[in-house]
Amino acid sequence: MKHNLILRVTAKTLIPPIIIFALYVQFHGDFGPGGGFQAGVILSAAIILYSLLFGLDAAEKVITPTVARILASLGVLIYMGVGFATVLLGGNYLDYSVLADTQVAGQHLGILLVELGVGVTVCSVMLLIFFAFAGRGRP
Amino acid sequence: MIVKHLSLLLVMLPLAAAPIVAVLPRGRLPWVVGLIVASSCAILASTQLSMVLQSGVISYELGGWAPPWGIEYRIDAVNAFFALLVSIIAAITLPYALLSVEKEIPEHQIPLFYSAFLLCFAGLLGITQTGDIFNVFVFLEISSLSSYALISLGKQRQALTSAYQYLIMGTIGATFYLIGVGLLYSQTGTLNMADMAALLPQVTELRTVHTGFAFILIGIALKLALFPLHLWLPNAYTYAPTVVTVFLAATATKVAVYVMLRILFTIFPDGFVASTPTGDLFILLGITGIIVASIYAIYQTDIKRLLAYSSVAQIGYMVLGIGFASATGLMASMIHLFNHALMKGALFMAVGAIIYRLGICRMDNIQGLGKQMPWTFAAITIAGLSLVGVPGTAGFISKWYLVSAALEQQAWVSVAAILIGSLLAVVYIGKIIESLYFKPVSETNTTVKEAPLFLLLPTWVLVVANIYFGLNTELTVGVAEHAAQVMGVVAK
Repeated sequence: MKHNLILRVTAKTLIPPIIIFALYVQFHGDFGPGGGFQAGVILSAAIILYSLLFGLDAAEKVITPTVARILASLGVLIYMGVGFATVLLGGNYLDYSVLADTQVAGQHLGILLVELGVGVTVCSVMLLIFFAFAGRGRP
Repeated sequence: MIVKHLSLLLVMLPLAAAPIVAVLPRGRLPWVVGLIVASSCAILASTQLSMVLQSGVISYELGGWAPPWGIEYRIDAVNAFFALLVSIIAAITLPYALLSVEKEIPEHQIPLFYSAFLLCFAGLLGITQTGDIFNVFVFLEISSLSSYALISLGKQRQALTSAYQYLIMGTIGATFYLIGVGLLYSQTGTLNMADMAALLPQVTELRTVHTGFAFILIGIALKLALFPLHLWLPNAYTYAPTVVTVFLAATATKVAVYVMLRILFTIFPDGFVASTPTGDLFILLGITGIIVASIYAIYQTDIKRLLAYSSVAQIGYMVLGIGFASATGLMASMIHLFNHALMKGALFMAVGAIIYRLGICRMDNIQGLGKQMPWTFAAITIAGLSLVGVPGTAGFISKWYLVSAALEQQAWVSVAAILIGSLLAVVYIGKIIESLYFKPVSETNTTVKEAPLFLLLPTWVLVVANIYFGLNTELTVGVAEHAAQVMGVVAK
């Protein structure tokens, strides 16, 4: 990909806004449209775009498959951890209201954490699927 | 606190353990975690059953949202019975898994294998626990997707195609179920089973409801491999790793039968199912399934495949019991699926022990091995007798109840089918025993030794259970009777 100057420059200018947009979708999800799943897909799209232009090896320096695997598990554990935390605080499973002093603050915190877990897992699983397909036949 | 959250923990424990196991280092640690989780689930499930039998229905609101708006776990005798069945089978399968998995799965995939196994386990438990008809679909997909992955890990290359075949059929089944749920939701506006049961009587004459019912029925029939929708099952069971075959054969189709029972007897009002040809259809398909699949089984040369066809036939018996729509029929169905889990589990485990030593288990390869692997051979014989329905084994109890359910309604064809099915079972089990015991040993196999204790012990736990539940029917018949009452099918 050494010769495709235009593509490389365009991608380099596009990738940062894509990541910012992913973070916006992630953290604005509880006020507007969006949420963890969409944010995770957008974030992984940024890394996949990078890998399409600069090669799989460069992308795997950003995030190795092992790290992606750990993150994929971590996201699920964040989600379930919130559930277990609410149980320990005396509520039912995933009853966010007990997470903070007021019910509204609790629901807010709960959904934010849960969606964060979803985002982390979706992003890493998308990358793992991409790595698995793109890496086929590599020594 | 554990008592309050018991029903939830039962599902969340394996679900939380699965991602942890996935990132554990290679070695035996993933297995240890899996074993601990499965055994604690078995303890939790038996506590849950005794709690339900003592003090009635347990209800748990997820997220603190009251039903019918939130998701509710609603446990009565039926749920508790199935949850216990699934977790006990998992707790017996996992000790067996250690050596078998090390032999059949590449080392770097072992943590992922146990992770998928726990996910499948969590999904099956979830189906049995939830009181929300859409939540059933979610758990159905969790268990199905992980079982596709588990089947594809089989050693032979056909494992991939059979997993793919199961994926296509399973997805069609799940989609049909979802379409049906959507149609019912559009007419009742609720997804909670108890709420839907209360609202459905007002709308039963609507065509949408009838269509939804048909979609759900076909979808679940695909999942439980009801003849003639069973085509995915023989391949999937044959090429999956032994442990997966043992676990799925003993639980997955049983849980699908549970969903069928819920739909037919809890959600839809009494007169509705009787006004459709469902009962006759089930009896017809049950009878053809028993006869045709048993005949197919006789002609198989691969023993796993033979047992898989026999499973299709056994599902015929269960569906036959449901088809009678009587208390005895329902009881027979539930007793048979519990007992079938015991006998098929034992048979597949014993066959797995042969595979552990030989790598394959075709009729002509196992000749004469009965003398070299006496314990494995004895396990196959006893579990086989139970499958046939010899008095003194668990199989006899279920056949007894089935025949009495059929006699109650003077369904002579069904009685004949049950008896012919048992005779055909004598033939195919006889074929295995003949090959194992009465044929000379082939020269390549003269050095084959008895399977290791780790494989034999779980197998024999199930074999002994086959005899125990053939003599002491307090648990099976008692719980099935209670469950039939809960389902509202009281002897008419």
